[in-house]
Amino acid sequence: MATSVRATGGGSAPPAAQAPGSSAGPGSHSQRPAGRSGWRSTLYRLDLKAAPYVFIAPFFLTFAAFGLFPLIYTGWLSLHRVELGGSAQWRGLGNYSALATSEFFWNALANTFTIGVISTVPQLLMALCLAHLLNYKLRGRGFFRVAVLAPYATSIAAATLVFAQLFNTDYGLINTALGWLGFDPVAWESSKWPAQIAISVIVTWRWTGYNALIYLAAMQAVPQDLYEAAALDGASRLRQFLSVTIPSIRPTILFTVVVSTIGATQLFGEPMLFGGSIGISGGSGNQFQTLSLLMYEKGWVTGALGQASAIAWVMLLLLLIIGGIQALVSRSNRGRGRGRSRNERTKAGS
Amino acid sequence: MARTLDTTPRAAAPRARRLRPSAGRQHHAGPLTYVLLGLAALVSLFPLYWNLVAASHSGERVVEAPAPLLPGPRLLDNLSFAWNQVDMGEALVNTTIVAGLVSLSTVLFSTLAGFAFAKLPFKGRGALLALVVATMTIPPQLSVIPLYRIITDLGWVDQLQSVVLPSLVAAFGVFFMRQYLIEALPAELVEAARMDGAHSLRIIWHVVFPVARPAMAVLGMLVFVQAWNDFFWPFIALTPDGNPTLQVALAGLGAGHHTVDQAVVLTGALISTLPLLLVFAVLGKHVVGGITAGAVKN
Repeated sequence: MATSVRATGGGSAPPAAQAPGSSAGPGSHSQRPAGRSGWRSTLYRLDLKAAPYVFIAPFFLTFAAFGLFPLIYTGWLSLHRVELGGSAQWRGLGNYSALATSEFFWNALANTFTIGVISTVPQLLMALCLAHLLNYKLRGRGFFRVAVLAPYATSIAAATLVFAQLFNTDYGLINTALGWLGFDPVAWESSKWPAQIAISVIVTWRWTGYNALIYLAAMQAVPQDLYEAAALDGASRLRQFLSVTIPSIRPTILFTVVVSTIGATQLFGEPMLFGGSIGISGGSGNQFQTLSLLMYEKGWVTGALGQASAIAWVMLLLLLIIGGIQALVSRSNRGRGRGRSRNERTKAGS
Repeated sequence: MARTLDTTPRAAAPRARRLRPSAGRQHHAGPLTYVLLGLAALVSLFPLYWNLVAASHSGERVVEAPAPLLPGPRLLDNLSFAWNQVDMGEALVNTTIVAGLVSLSTVLFSTLAGFAFAKLPFKGRGALLALVVATMTIPPQLSVIPLYRIITDLGWVDQLQSVVLPSLVAAFGVFFMRQYLIEALPAELVEAARMDGAHSLRIIWHVVFPVARPAMAVLGMLVFVQAWNDFFWPFIALTPDGNPTLQVALAGLGAGHHTVDQAVVLTGALISTLPLLLVFAVLGKHVVGGITAGAVKN
């Protein structure tokens, strides 16, 4: 009987599974099907019923303890005045209304948004182009793929420490290179937009290659006949890229947009380490303080846990709003994508 | 770790072959493509190269304009200084322990849950799966304040378990394994094992694990890299002067805790990056295959 199991497995499971699969089941368990004799059948049915819940339990227990409970606790804290190590006093929505009138909060919100846009949009556009290039028949394709992925292996901390030196106003290589091109040195840390651009460069550097490989995988799964039909219609390469490739990998693009947006909303390590000893305040004029940094400053420097918790909940609300917008966009896109591919098919047939 | 990664080639191979037909009629790259790709590779690799350059000079030389472009003579001095004075060795061991435990447990629990969601019928399956996916959007910022209070009460600040426990399993992993198993594991295989009277643990061991192994290897690699580089919560739960992971130690270095010698700071960065980079360089193709394999599933 064990043999029959193996035979089924050999047929349809991936080849990798064969070797270990064939060493399975020495046949010791090939008793008759359970369900006829007393306790064994009860046990069998219990196993059948309970097993799924046992298997998913570790995830839900971990989530309950380290995700859901702290989430609610943070919500509770956000309605109180709490000092580090002190007791809590009810404050209602006071922490939230304090945020609404705090220039630091609006500054951090604006910085999170602008850094998020400057780091995400060029990153994903460049990743698309890079994926397109990597999709050509290439000599040394392995090298190029590993090379663009190397930044992904570099941690936030290591990457930021290196870039902080490269962006140094006085001796950094980037200003040196700008000097060769005839530009004046840029004050990358102390002025607002240069600092935000520098931080975005670090984010972009770390993630472009990774996203490009994700796009590349999606591009290679696009059916070839779509391209053939477009070519028959006389579509140029660029036209094919815009009207076949992009629509076909739209779900993947949306996935990367979601992931990058979530990441951008939480941005913390890059601005903090880029600012050196004054990183937590986001530079001397808070010019690159993000929401996460402000939350950390409130919670761990000022010790106002209630206010820090309110910031955390605002971040969650933001993500929910962004998620809602993205869900709407994806739904309308899906409709449009379907319409378009139907058009193309009709065109190809005519 | 090497052993886990060894299975990745087999993981990527069948998938790559399936993708080949569409890739078969690719256009050949022109010179411009090579130029642009060369530029992309240069931009990707230069900061890493320069990290090595900076780590091989004296601190004074690194902060002198123009910054050095070629390696200098002080790499070993800087390495031994960082290793002894800043204790990057301890941080390296801590990081290895944390990343190892987190990836092992995430792979194990994600495979169990992914199998249940993919192949076992049970009440509430759809809703619970939706919940798993929804939890992915909750940022860690929502939990760090209470968690910090808890680990303070327990006396767990600077203890590795405070970093490991919250990461024992990840929603991404559960979803990843579910997506893989839903296609790779034939339902008849599970049913046949049931007919043989195999109980669930036996099915996990003899049917699910062998089939899931390639995806487990990929997931293990992804989680290992993520845990190795994790920053936000470790930075709160551990301290640079106490019992840090590499990233926390680097944050301390960057803030000038031990030294303001930028060559030593960047030597620390080099120590933290080198292990993963070496793995990437040796297993590069398989890592790339793993990441793209994982992405297709998404």
